[in-house]
Amino acid sequence: MKTFTYRTATDVAHGLEPGATFLAGGTNLVDLMKLGVATPDVLVDVTRLGLDEVADLPGGGLRIGAGVRNSDLAADSRVRRDWPVLSQALLAGASGQLRNMATTAGNLLQRTRCRYFMDATMPCNKHEPGSGCPAREGDHRNLAILGASEACVATHPSDMAVALAALDAVVQISGPAGERTVPVTELHRLPGDTPERDTVLEHGELITAVDLPPLGFAARSAYRKVRDRASYAFAVGSVAAAIQVDAGAVTDVRLAFGAVAHKPWRAYTAEEALRGRPATRESFLDAADAELTAARPLRDNAFKVALTRNLVVSVLEGLS
Amino acid sequence: MDLVVNGTRRSVELDPRTTLLDALREHLGLTGAKKGCDHGQCGACTVLLDGRRVNSCLILAITLQDSSVTTIEGVDHPVQDKFLEHDGFQCGYCTPGQICSAVGMLDEVSKGWPSAVGDAELTDAEIRERMSGNLCRCGAYPNMIPAIREAAAR
Amino acid sequence: MTTTAERAVGQPIGRVEGPDKVRGAARYAAEYPVGDDLAYAWVAQSPVARGTLTDVTVDPLVEADDVLAVLWHGNAPRLAEADDPELAVFQSDRISYRGQALALVVARTLEAARRAAATLQLDIEQEPHDSVLRTDHPELYTPEKVNPNFPSDTASGDVEAALAGAPVTVDVTYRTPPLHNSPMEPHATTALWADDDLVLYDSNQHPPGVAASIGGLFGLPADRVHVITEHVGGGFGSKGTARPNAVLAAMAAKVTGRPVRLALPRQALFSMVGHRTPTIQRVRLAATADGHLTAIDHDVVEQSSRLFEFAEQTAVSTRHMYAAANRRTGHRLVRLDMPTPRWMRAPGEAPGMVALECAMDELAVVLDLDPIELRVRNEPSVEPESGTPFSSRHYVECLRRGAERFGWHDRDPRPKQRREGDWWIGTGVAGATYPTMAQPSTARVRRLSGDSYEVSIAATDLGTGARTILTQIAADALEVPVSQVRMRIGDSTLPRASVAGGSSGSASWGWAVTGACRSLRESGREEATFDSSELIKQQEKDGKHAFGAHFAEVRVDAMTGEVRVSRLFGMYAAGRILNPRTARSQFLGGMIMGMGMALHEESVLDPAQGTWVNHDLAEYHIPVHADIESIEAEWLDEQDDQLNPMGSKGIGEIGIVGSPAAILNAIWHATGVRVRDLPARLDKILPHL
Repeated sequence: MKTFTYRTATDVAHGLEPGATFLAGGTNLVDLMKLGVATPDVLVDVTRLGLDEVADLPGGGLRIGAGVRNSDLAADSRVRRDWPVLSQALLAGASGQLRNMATTAGNLLQRTRCRYFMDATMPCNKHEPGSGCPAREGDHRNLAILGASEACVATHPSDMAVALAALDAVVQISGPAGERTVPVTELHRLPGDTPERDTVLEHGELITAVDLPPLGFAARSAYRKVRDRASYAFAVGSVAAAIQVDAGAVTDVRLAFGAVAHKPWRAYTAEEALRGRPATRESFLDAADAELTAARPLRDNAFKVALTRNLVVSVLEGLS
Repeated sequence: MDLVVNGTRRSVELDPRTTLLDALREHLGLTGAKKGCDHGQCGACTVLLDGRRVNSCLILAITLQDSSVTTIEGVDHPVQDKFLEHDGFQCGYCTPGQICSAVGMLDEVSKGWPSAVGDAELTDAEIRERMSGNLCRCGAYPNMIPAIREAAAR
Repeated sequence: MTTTAERAVGQPIGRVEGPDKVRGAARYAAEYPVGDDLAYAWVAQSPVARGTLTDVTVDPLVEADDVLAVLWHGNAPRLAEADDPELAVFQSDRISYRGQALALVVARTLEAARRAAATLQLDIEQEPHDSVLRTDHPELYTPEKVNPNFPSDTASGDVEAALAGAPVTVDVTYRTPPLHNSPMEPHATTALWADDDLVLYDSNQHPPGVAASIGGLFGLPADRVHVITEHVGGGFGSKGTARPNAVLAAMAAKVTGRPVRLALPRQALFSMVGHRTPTIQRVRLAATADGHLTAIDHDVVEQSSRLFEFAEQTAVSTRHMYAAANRRTGHRLVRLDMPTPRWMRAPGEAPGMVALECAMDELAVVLDLDPIELRVRNEPSVEPESGTPFSSRHYVECLRRGAERFGWHDRDPRPKQRREGDWWIGTGVAGATYPTMAQPSTARVRRLSGDSYEVSIAATDLGTGARTILTQIAADALEVPVSQVRMRIGDSTLPRASVAGGSSGSASWGWAVTGACRSLRESGREEATFDSSELIKQQEKDGKHAFGAHFAEVRVDAMTGEVRVSRLFGMYAAGRILNPRTARSQFLGGMIMGMGMALHEESVLDPAQGTWVNHDLAEYHIPVHADIESIEAEWLDEQDDQLNPMGSKGIGEIGIVGSPAAILNAIWHATGVRVRDLPARLDKILPHL
């Protein structure tokens, strides 16, 4: 691990000097620093900024402080009652210990688990732009089928982010140029030619909170995660869904996929295909297929197309 | 920096890069917390930080000014005797982490925290899911479950 | 004095060191306080699979105040010739695999050592590498022997004719991936020189062996090397001999004149300390219409490194499992630019019995015969290849009793018949075997003041329960309660013990302990020593095996292909069980590792990079708590007086033999999908559901 200067942030809006980065739960950043993949010169500890409250928003939503630990958020009675998909997604991730440490913003900003990215001795366009992407020909069984580029086929590993993307959550950002908001669905980028940039955040911008808007039918929502062992593993496929059915027809739906792209994949096409359709297995299959026609699987990850499709059906059937 | 470890205030001078785990093992002589992976992937380093179970390998000690840490050396809990009674370990290397994790986990259950399995009674399936952040290569899992179940009942 | 009716052996006594382990007081190799001048070492590993290291440059600006030494082949002390080329660290410029130790940074702090190692400039002339095992590799050859000393090939009768003339045949190829032992305690050594003597706190399975091999490298007699191995955080074969960490720590301590601690990072365990070779196994079976085997052919292709011929005995268990007049087994090896394989729990048997026991299941399906009945019909009366009678063999009893306990009798043999919700449910069975061995060892017993006795042997307890079992054995031989026995192990200066490997620890060490204790009791002297070498030399080696049967019930999610093992059951015939508590744990632990082998574990090769890319515990998946549902082990009361004074067979490894096949066979029964390429991950099942 490279040496760094450590300081405690006292204010959210001061920005950062070049080479500095924010430290919160550390579960991903400290890991990457040990691996030599992250090499900050300055660590600015944001855990003492008081961003650790979950507050009611006027009009029915929640404002989740950026520093709220994953386990606290998963246990929040409002989340469990009104947005169960979020609690379930959090609880599907990592371990009890890691959830006690990891924060809301840190979870959103965690970096890919692509095995080449995680190894500083490997070429990787994400950790060393221009060095190439060995995953495309090499190991990519658990990498992207949607929205990837020649330069990068990484996936975003978060479970929580998939639920937040489905729920139209909005990220509150504070930075040197002031405050702004970005929907979770637009926080993460597709890799394109610049896979080194995971998100649209500018240097020095700090996520202060995530707003969860009210969504009445999210009380009927669920997260289903599939992984290579029964627990404590990253997803190989996941689906977050909320659905509203009236007289046998889908009146509204939210759907997002995990482990398929460089970002949590909001399935707008599938949602559109479902609205107004009968809440049947056939409709769910058609909707999933509509979304997944864009899939461009690699040699070893075509199974994710079928897996995601089946998960859509399974989760939506379970909810309706 | 100052840290309260197992109820005693300790002052140590540390490299900012030193993790809590290395501070305990290499600077404070507390080798009960184990280094199995050093990356939050095995749970052998589990300690209780301000009462909550955490992976001490992923926490920079410098961030913990005035925090309170309980390591296996400071744990005195029925789960330890139950581990002996049920042979809940073999090589023993994951054991301090398993025990600290179990202590933290039982507290989480008492607070009503849910798990991916559910949130009702502490079934064996619940214990297994909640303890899955602690790997055991010897495969002593089946013996830890009754140990934890019985400790919870006490 | 106790009477024989109150014997300690056979009692479920708790682990002697248990209280230390649950309180964090048990010390492992990297945990001994050895002085304030302790230095820390970190290895710089090769980023290429093949080439030469021409220079190492140290950045003078990195950790300058704390770096004490940087060692590599250009400046490292010369070592004597090593039997194991993996121990000849920094003795040559050759790079034989990616991840090989190329340089070592020794620094005042762990953080400085790690950082400096990461910034070393390694000048390497890279060469093209070859890392892919394949059956048509032009460099495949037949090794002279397979481990430990078996012929590579055996043949009798006419296999081809039997296959050609048989009404029923099976011809299948099974692949097992590279596997990593992954003990929870990474390999570690704390080394210090005291005058010209070397002290190593080292995590290993054989302190005297480590002392001898490290001593040899540094030109010291073994008694000048003191290896302390009080507790070991698992080994599963990967700590059977000295590993490079011990050499590196000793070298660094010598150069810096300080105690040096080297704990390998988890990632380094995937290249530097060994693994189980991948295998490609073709099994051909011929049978009569009523299920009597007429031919068994088991052909294995596997790999080793450029450095060392390690030839896993993958097909050897096939030589004594089933009767058939025509038989052949063979092993072919290719040397690749990859790390050297080593032992991993049940080397040979674990991968070999996947192929044989799955092929038997496939044959049973073709014959429309119950897979247990098929095995019963092919039970040999003597070892089929050697003709040696079995000292004891209760395989059929294991199958039948196990079937009863598991609830096999009303099983519908057809696949894909049971469905509960989204889950397809099925059951499977597979046999298990493991050789019964004993190695020469020496033990000493002393009468202490009062009523107690100190029993000493340089054995180790990796979590097997050895310390406890030896205490029980000693107590019985001395005819005293266990409370009067103080067992000393884990120290190379104690009387020489064999390796904690081959499931032979209890038999080997227990033999020596029994001999010493009986000798003391009978002689009335204050001290007695016993060396079992002569008795073991005279013993018949063939025909001694433990047997078992594994039963699995799995459920497979029809929508996702996820597999869960709802029940796993093992029934064993393994001689006398010395301590039912620790024995059960050993059996279950082996079965759980077998579950990992069946479903999760695989080191994933990137041929272009010449390395396994999932080199950590987040990506190399071993079973977690949540994977284990109902799992149980039982055993028959097997008497066998031809083995050793205790009548025991080894039990540390048989649990991983056959349990993967039982799970794979159950997956087929649940889904009709035959996975022949381990592990049985969901992506191999889902497309066929």
